[in-house]
Amino acid sequence: MERYGLILGVVFACLIGFFVFPAAGQVGGTIRIGEINTYSKLTNFTIPYRNGWQLALEEINSSGGVLGKKIEVISRDDAGKPGNAVKIAEELVRRDKVVLLMGSYFSHVGLALTDFAKRNKLFYLAAEPLSDAVVWAKGNRYTFRLRPSTYMQAAMLAVEAAKNPAKRWATIAPNYAYGKDAVKSFEKVLKTKRPDVQFVAEQWPALFKINAGSEIEALSRAKPEAVYNVTFGSDLAKFVREGKLRGFFKGRFIVSLLSGEPEYLDPLKDEAPEGWLVTGYPWYDIKTPAHTRFLKAYQAKYHDYPRTGSVVGYNTMWAVAHMLKKAGCTDTEKMVDAMEGLTFDSPFGPITFRKIDHQSTMGAFVGYTALRNGKGVMVNWKYMDGKDFLPSDEEVRKLRPQG
Amino acid sequence: MGAFIVQFLTGLSDAASLFFVAAGLSLIFGVSRVVNMAHGSFYMVGAYVAYFVVSFLPKGIFTFWSGIIIAALAVGVLGVIIEILLMRRLYKAPELFMLMATFAVLLVIADLSLWLFGAEDKIGPRAPGLDGSYNIMGALIPQYDIALIVVAPLILIGLWLLLNKTRWGILIRAATEDRDMLAALGVNQKWLFSSVFFLGSCLAGLGGAIQLPKGGADLLMDLNVIATAFVIVVVGGMGSIGGAFLASVLIGELSSFGVLVLPQSTLVMMFLVMAVVLIVRPYGLLGKPEAEEHLPPELVESPLRPAPLKFRLVGLGVLVVLILLPFFAGSFQLVLFGEIAIFALACMSLFFMMGPGGMVSFGHAAFFGGGAYAAALLVHYTNSPMELAIALAPLCMGLLALIIGWFCVRLSGVYLAMLTLAFAQICWSIVFQWSGFTGGDDGILGIWPAKWASNEVVFYYLTLLVSIGGIMILRYLLFTPFGYTMRACRDSHLRPDSIGINVKRQQWFSFAVAGVFAGLAGGIYVFSKGSVFPTEMSISRSFDILLSVLLGGVHSMSGPLVGSTVFIWLEHQISQIPFYKWGLQIQPWRLILGGIYILLVMAFPQGIAGYFGRRFEGTFSVNK
Amino acid sequence: MGVLLEVIELHKSFGGVTAVDGVSFDLQEGHLLAMIGPNGAGKSTCFNLINGQLRPDRGKIRILGKDITGMKPRHVWRLGVGRTFQVASTFLSMTVVENVQMVFISSHRKLNSMTKKVSNLYRDEAMELLKLVGVEEQWDRPCGILAYGDLKRVELAMALANNPKLLLMDEPTAGMGLKERLKLMELTARIAKDRNIGVLFTEHDMDVVFSHADFIIVLNYGKLIARGTPTEVRDNEEVKEIYLGSCATGT
Repeated sequence: MERYGLILGVVFACLIGFFVFPAAGQVGGTIRIGEINTYSKLTNFTIPYRNGWQLALEEINSSGGVLGKKIEVISRDDAGKPGNAVKIAEELVRRDKVVLLMGSYFSHVGLALTDFAKRNKLFYLAAEPLSDAVVWAKGNRYTFRLRPSTYMQAAMLAVEAAKNPAKRWATIAPNYAYGKDAVKSFEKVLKTKRPDVQFVAEQWPALFKINAGSEIEALSRAKPEAVYNVTFGSDLAKFVREGKLRGFFKGRFIVSLLSGEPEYLDPLKDEAPEGWLVTGYPWYDIKTPAHTRFLKAYQAKYHDYPRTGSVVGYNTMWAVAHMLKKAGCTDTEKMVDAMEGLTFDSPFGPITFRKIDHQSTMGAFVGYTALRNGKGVMVNWKYMDGKDFLPSDEEVRKLRPQG
Repeated sequence: MGAFIVQFLTGLSDAASLFFVAAGLSLIFGVSRVVNMAHGSFYMVGAYVAYFVVSFLPKGIFTFWSGIIIAALAVGVLGVIIEILLMRRLYKAPELFMLMATFAVLLVIADLSLWLFGAEDKIGPRAPGLDGSYNIMGALIPQYDIALIVVAPLILIGLWLLLNKTRWGILIRAATEDRDMLAALGVNQKWLFSSVFFLGSCLAGLGGAIQLPKGGADLLMDLNVIATAFVIVVVGGMGSIGGAFLASVLIGELSSFGVLVLPQSTLVMMFLVMAVVLIVRPYGLLGKPEAEEHLPPELVESPLRPAPLKFRLVGLGVLVVLILLPFFAGSFQLVLFGEIAIFALACMSLFFMMGPGGMVSFGHAAFFGGGAYAAALLVHYTNSPMELAIALAPLCMGLLALIIGWFCVRLSGVYLAMLTLAFAQICWSIVFQWSGFTGGDDGILGIWPAKWASNEVVFYYLTLLVSIGGIMILRYLLFTPFGYTMRACRDSHLRPDSIGINVKRQQWFSFAVAGVFAGLAGGIYVFSKGSVFPTEMSISRSFDILLSVLLGGVHSMSGPLVGSTVFIWLEHQISQIPFYKWGLQIQPWRLILGGIYILLVMAFPQGIAGYFGRRFEGTFSVNK
Repeated sequence: MGVLLEVIELHKSFGGVTAVDGVSFDLQEGHLLAMIGPNGAGKSTCFNLINGQLRPDRGKIRILGKDITGMKPRHVWRLGVGRTFQVASTFLSMTVVENVQMVFISSHRKLNSMTKKVSNLYRDEAMELLKLVGVEEQWDRPCGILAYGDLKRVELAMALANNPKLLLMDEPTAGMGLKERLKLMELTARIAKDRNIGVLFTEHDMDVVFSHADFIIVLNYGKLIARGTPTEVRDNEEVKEIYLGSCATGT
């Protein structure tokens, strides 16, 4: 017993050390930025994301930083709990004196930070959270969002899907806000393009607890001609496997959100579905100079290929740097003003942060899945610019609290 | 018709994979009374090991199945190692302490798996020879599903034979029914327990391995399966293998047909089944009432005495430091200590029903998160001022606790705990699903303190007032007849009834009081965060509270206070360590936290405060 | 002296096995009635039926003329029935005096009081009872560490705290040494006479039974086979048969 007590004593002493000497770094010499994400969960997305922003940070600082100072990022893990994220945000702001916050993956964490930014008049760039509420229903002056939202990605798919003659549609989506929003937006956009379509069945598996067999049987009872899928990760793997064995995909048109992203397509290996209409990131076939430069730098640094998260992280960091350059200082109000309407070049092409709702126009790639060398890839893809898939200004004004 | 049959068979095959995990868990619990939180981790490790073994070996029917068996055995060995290194030292500690130890193992295995197996999900190999489908009246069903439907009853029969026809099995059954008897018979309990851990872990590993062709291996499997496994074990009756089988089939089929009728039911179906079964049959489908455990003398709580002067001085000192904190600490420290104070109140309320009340709750977050939601909804819909919202939140939670408690106090022990979990999950899923009213998982935002309290120092003092006030009230209650009657009901089952105490009613009221104060903590919590999300009502939040109480010790009033402080502080400290700067891809905070918990459990099997309390008592008490 | 307890034609069986079969007897105030019989004769079942822990299949139980058949133990207790258990049952995490105080608190219906501290409630009354049963010196010790004989005395004090008219004592001296047994029964008898309490008790030790009981009833296989004064019972042939018979077979 005493032995364990001794080890414990040493461990606690070490931890107290961290408490007394927090994040040693020279204040004043750098511009401090707080970064919060869920690094301990969903590592297949967040690790590439961190690689992305670290690459950008290296590029920025090696070219002299911004405003004559280097950027210092204090990165923290929220463990996927909004309460933790708010606490860490308080700490970053109050103790570490960061000038702005960026990051977050989960929508609820993103929303908690959105509200925190509003109350504390703090600049916050949401990197990943897809929830429409971040920029619309709960949008505020201090919050911006980089990644194309649920609505935008669903709309991109719906526009393409409308070209298919299928009339009877079924949906399957994880049972939480993201899944619900993704289905609602898709239905809405598809119906405006094709008033004749019908949604005949829906399934709502619990996130990462899909009963793929039962749910596929339930969907096939309604005899849909096309299926819209929002499941991802391990749910997607089970959905694909069971669907193939049960002949569910045969003769059906499948549309699937995010499934073309390497994060979700690559684990499927040679089981990757063929001929699905998906959004994603075909990094292997994008030949634009901007992307090639990014790809080379990324591969040189990490000896790995980039995922969607890598680009999101990279763009997030660069967006902040461009904004700081434009603002010329770290005053929050000036930073917000600078961010509104800011345009910069990214590996995907030019991106603008819209003044009207603070959503960036970063787009996504829409194409069809295929197998190449025993691996899933996207073919016949095209880049869809985010700016073409946002509602009209008038509608946005209705969605977003004004004033 | 074909579709109907296929739906039915699909439910059965889902039930099969559930059965393996649940059977192992039930076996371990039945014999050793360990609520093994790490069982889901064994399941996950089984899946990964099988994945790597099968991909390493040449393809073939024989190699595929040997891969599965190798994985199961490997996990069995892992189970025994953990049993020998960790559990064996703790069998004398209170049962719930084992829960804490196994939870620490879960944390450690989670990070080690990430490190060993990589972040990317693994898609399972198909089973050679069983990779096609059968056509049943026009509907297709995978051959592997049928194989699972055949294998599960075979395993059931095998286990039955093992338990009923071998000497070992008879000893196991004897141990399940009466442990003291077994010790009296001179059986080597140590090795019996180890062998049970081996078999139980093997079954978990088998469950993980055998489901590979239906999905794969990923890092969230451990937590995803553990709740389901517990539900099945409890629905079937703890320690009953046949019950686990029956419960798997029941839940498998209800989930399979549930999605036809109500696709949204996926979140809550399982917990609804558990709630209904436990209300109708308090010991599960095939379980037996547990024999009343006789506490060994060293675990009998000492009488409640007014705190000795030294304790009072220490308490006063802490209070003075807390009050003076704003004068010397940075503003973030106020946020951190405010959070600790709130969490301490939540823990104290659980301690109240768990320690003196003798009722363990696995679902206390229903009242903590519920209080936060009650306050947030009041502000959001009725624009009520902060003061009113904080005052009404505990009342709402008191009502909720009266409703939930009415059902729960009819049960005891782990069954009671699991019923609280079921109700908490039902509450959680209502909040989660009813997005029109509660905002779903997008939560409720913009719940900030009233203007007069929006200054951080003022809000800190308000938090202290509410939290410490609540803690002091709960503490005082323990000295009043109400608190004594609670303890009376916990100490003995016969005696209270024969001196005019209505045991169930007393437990019901205690449950409600605990709900009230957890609600109060939730009410103030929401104003400190500005927003509330369903995570505050989730299982993991319930376990945060439970672990903190265990960490401090359930036999000492300072336990929950020490436990919650250590819990929040540790979590916070570890989250600050910048692992990525040292080139580490992962943040091994679960590994570190788990390691510290294991050390704490080993060093203080009575809880931290319990340990120091006893030392203190031994040195200064005049009565002994 | 009035009739305190009337038991009429009591029946109870468990899954086909008849444990108590048509037992009738009564008990006067101030009397000590011993219930004896070999193991498995139905004594404990009989006790639990009277106490309310079990419900009879048939038959009636009256206390002071009031029908209590099927009442819960806690309601039976409120009518003035104190009880001690075969295996002493006290609140182990409380001190001796607190155990007795609990009974006072319950009889004054203050169980749910949240205002006063227990330490100030009925302490003097409880101390007096402890003095009466002779464990006053142990008042502040936890029940969990008490010697078994003392625990039995605490139970007696607890049973007396409600001012009972009837005491039900299931093997009050089990697990005690011979000297202590006689002392405890002597004490019980004295208190019963002083306070005019009727006592129904079971006992294995015949010395204790024959030296203190006013009346004895004998059960065998759930049936009442004899009743009367100790002398009458001692001379009863059937009783002799049972006790001698069982001795003869060597158990």
